[in-house]
Parts: sequence; C-alpha cells; structure tokens
Amino acid sequence: MRQNYTELSKKIRILTLELAHHARTSHTGGALSMVDLLTVIYGGDIINISPSNIDDPQRDRFILSKGHCCAALYSTLALTGFLDPQELKNTYGDNGSIYYTHCSHKVPGVEISTGSLGHGLPVAIGQAIATKAAKTNANVICLTGDGELDEGSNWEAILFAGHHRLANLCLIVDYNKIQSMGNVKDILALEPLDDKFKHFNWNVIRIDGHDFEQIENALRNFQAETTKPTVIIADTIKGKGVSFMEGQLLWHYRNPNDEELKIAKEELQ
Amino acid sequence: MRTAFIQQLIEEARSNEKIFLLIGDLGYNVVTPFAEEFPDRFINVGICEQNMVGIASGLAMNGYNVYIYSIGNFPTLRCIEQIRNDVCYYRGNVKVVSVGAGFAYGSSGVSHHATEDIGMMRTLPNMVICSPSDPSEARIITHLSASYDGCMYIRLGKAGEKEIYTQPYTMNIGDIHCYRESTGKSAIIASGSILHYAVNWVKDNNINTAIYSLPFVKPINREQLKALADKHTNIIVIDEHQKSGGVASAILEQLGDLYSEGKLQQFPKVHRLEIDDQFIYIAGNQQYLRDFTHLALNNTLFE
Repeated sequence: MRQNYTELSKKIRILTLELAHHARTSHTGGALSMVDLLTVIYGGDIINISPSNIDDPQRDRFILSKGHCCAALYSTLALTGFLDPQELKNTYGDNGSIYYTHCSHKVPGVEISTGSLGHGLPVAIGQAIATKAAKTNANVICLTGDGELDEGSNWEAILFAGHHRLANLCLIVDYNKIQSMGNVKDILALEPLDDKFKHFNWNVIRIDGHDFEQIENALRNFQAETTKPTVIIADTIKGKGVSFMEGQLLWHYRNPNDEELKIAKEELQ
Repeated sequence: MRTAFIQQLIEEARSNEKIFLLIGDLGYNVVTPFAEEFPDRFINVGICEQNMVGIASGLAMNGYNVYIYSIGNFPTLRCIEQIRNDVCYYRGNVKVVSVGAGFAYGSSGVSHHATEDIGMMRTLPNMVICSPSDPSEARIITHLSASYDGCMYIRLGKAGEKEIYTQPYTMNIGDIHCYRESTGKSAIIASGSILHYAVNWVKDNNINTAIYSLPFVKPINREQLKALADKHTNIIVIDEHQKSGGVASAILEQLGDLYSEGKLQQFPKVHRLEIDDQFIYIAGNQQYLRDFTHLALNNTLFE
C-alpha cells in the first residue's frame, strides 16, 4: 500500500508541475503540499470516491476549498481514472478547455467550483446535512489551506458544525505555514489551532501531512467518530517533494521553467 | 407580506418534502409555524449569512429546494459572493427571501434600508428577481417558487400591507400585471408595496392613467412590455430603490433593446421615481422616507 502511495504521489507531483508549466500558473507550492493527502483520499480504499460513482448519492464527497491549487486535484483525478491525463496535460488553462486554473465543477469528479477562499466548508456542511438526512453513510471531506482560515465564513461554519455535531464532516487543513504574502504566524497567527477547534467542539487530529500511515489513521479515526465533526490538521511543507521549492514563498507565485521542470522531475523520479 | 409568504410556504411544504427553510436568526414568531410543523426541514443557522448560503447550496446540490430568510441586506448584500459563486453559478435551487424591502424598516437606519438589492442581485446570471406588491402577489410568487427549479430572489415588504387585489389572478414568471387599464397615454409601473400608494393616489386625484404591477424585475416579459409601450407613451416608474440598477433601469434596458431592434415605433418618455443616489441620514418611517426621497406622484408627470 505505502509503496503504491509513494509511486502515485510522485506521479501526481510530476503532473502537477507539468500543468503549472503548461499554463504558466501560480500556486505551485500549495498544490504540492497537499498531494500526499489527495493520494490517500483518491488512491486508497478508505474514502468511497471513484470514477464509477461520481453521481451516486452514496458516495463520499471531497471538496477542495483552496481551489487555486486545483492543479494537484486535477492531476490526482487524472491518475486515478476520472480524467484523461494526456488531454489534461495538453489543454490545462488553454482557451476553450474545461480546465480553468481554479477548481471547476464542470470537470468530472470535482464537486464544486472554488477559487474565492472560505466557500468550501459551508457548502460541505450543506452536503453533510443532506446526506445525513437521506440516511446514507456518505461522508463529506473539505480541504482548506491554512491562510484560508483567515476568512470569517470558515469560523461561522466551524461554529455551526460543532454545534450540530456533524460527525460525517471532516475538515482537513493543509497547514503548510505559508500564505500569500509570508508566514502564517506573521500575517494572522492561527496558533493554538488545535485548541481553537477543541473549543469549537471538534474532534481534533494532528498529523504529519506527508506520512501516509498517519493520513490513513486520521481518516479512519474520522470515520469512527460519531458525535463531533473532525478536523485533521495536517502539518505540511509548501512545495513538498522538490528541494528548491520546499518552504519557499516564491513558489506560491512561480511556475517552473523548462530547466526547473526537468530538474524537479529528475528529483521526483 | 411576510406572513403570507410563510403561510404559503407551509402549504407548499405539506405536499413538497424537498422544501427546506434556513433562517439567519431572524423571523421571531413569523417562521415559528413552519419550524413547528417541519422541524426536520428547518434550521436556524445563527447570525451567519455567508454560512447560510453555503449550506443552502450544499442542500440544493442534494435535491432540496432551499429557502433562506432574513432581513433586507443580510441574506443579499452581506453574502452576495456566496450567492454568486455557490448558488447562481450552479443555477442552484435556492430561494433568497428578504423581508423589509425599501424603507420598510425606515427608522432602523441605513443598515436596514434595502435600496440597492435589486441592482446588485439582478446582475447575477440565472437569478430571477421577484418584488411582490401585496400579500396576494407574495402568495402567488411563493407558490411559483415552490415548483421552480433554480435561483430566485423574493423581495418581500414587511407586515400589514393591504391586499390590493380584490379578484384572484394567476401569473407566470416575468409577467407584467395590468391593475388598471386606460386608453390614455400614461401608465404607471410600480414594483413592490409602493403600488398601494400609486393606486390610492390615482384614485384620489382622479388621474387618467393605466397602472401596472411589476412583480418580476427579472425576467421581464418582452412582449408584454412592448405592448405596454405601444399603448402608452408616457411611463412613470416608481419603486423604493436607488435609480442605479433599479426597476426603471431594468425597464429602460428592455425598452432600449426593443427600440434598437426596431420593435418599438417610438421610444416612450420614462420618468423614474426612485432614490437619487443617496443615503438617508435622518430617521423616519416608510412613508416619511418615501416623501423625503421624492418617491411621490404629481400631476405634472401626466401632462
């Protein structure tokens, strides 16, 4: 299993970089930081999402709220059978393609369109209420960035989910510690983040967001929880996997040129 | 009007189990009958309109017809990006219901004056804009909204509006309703509860004019508007909203299109009785503020 995850995550990272290179888009670092989380969600057998059930009311829902990093989600979808990888690679961000460079619900497997921050979690809550009312076992997972938690709409939603004990809702925070203009701790500090969620009556799990076993365990922990919404605070590294991108604010904005793409791919392979 | 809305919604919810009502912690006593009869399809989400719209979107994606209810600017301007991105973009089955159109909460202050909402909401693709003039129109629109699969903004007055219509009537989305016919050149088009004022003023002053109600600001039935403009060359539009983006804007846009397409023989005079790009800094009830902002008919308009 873990070897498969390793292989899949490498492929996702390479395709993500190829997309960024093709479309000359920003947000490379934040896309790479969440790849291992996406790898377990889409590449494992814990979460019930597959190309064959995208319209099934019983499916689990995954909502990417940090839609600016959709290159990693599209790459994951392409490498797990939802999309044609070649078509994605050749047309991402191009005129006339369905592949906007922020999340689009027109892309098969993508639940909602995002790009403006703080929208995903409230919609995820509506989904969680509906799937619960329909007496399905469907779970709803929403992934946000860390800087994204600056948005007040998230805290409205966090307060609501705790109050209503939405145990079928899981928030994953891709905590890569860097937001648009600098370090999260310098711009609008989130710590103590675990305690904040605890005080909002959430089940709080803190993990290394690049450790597949910890990610799997956290998702299983979420599925076993019956009285509270779960937050998985995943400590991650911006630009993870490419040495010259890791922890560098610059790669929030940059995309690799031909030479950098070549070096990055060699590193990952 | 708000009571007519909730009574009709209860009626609809009895036969339509997909109707869901979210409120933003407003509607004391008004929404209680719904909450008591349908506790599984009602949530007071708290004072968090952005979250309320997102939740409505998620519910609608799973088959519900979701009504969100609050006062004036709160379920509209406060969360307009959520309405745009999370509802309109999907043509989600969400009905945004605001209470307190125009100056209905006059003395509460500018925060409660719903005087820019039509302009902002009608720019959103897929959004139908409804502005009923009395409880009976509110009931008809609520009935239509229950079977309409898409987004709608329902702009209600407040409480105590008189029933203007003595005969029951039906309408479709986009209809312009002729309240009083006339063969004269003039026609008043009123949207919202100010129709009641117009009806009384015309009666008291014995003016030869047609009176039309515009319960839908978007879409506006073009054929009906063309017929109206063919009959009447002097049109007076009155509504409680800024001139910018308001009801007269919507009518003028349509008339402009009709004229440029060669479908109108002549372009009518259009008088706009709307708020002239201002906030109101003094307190006053609805009638006071209407007078203060010159939302008043006068004889010269009909000359």
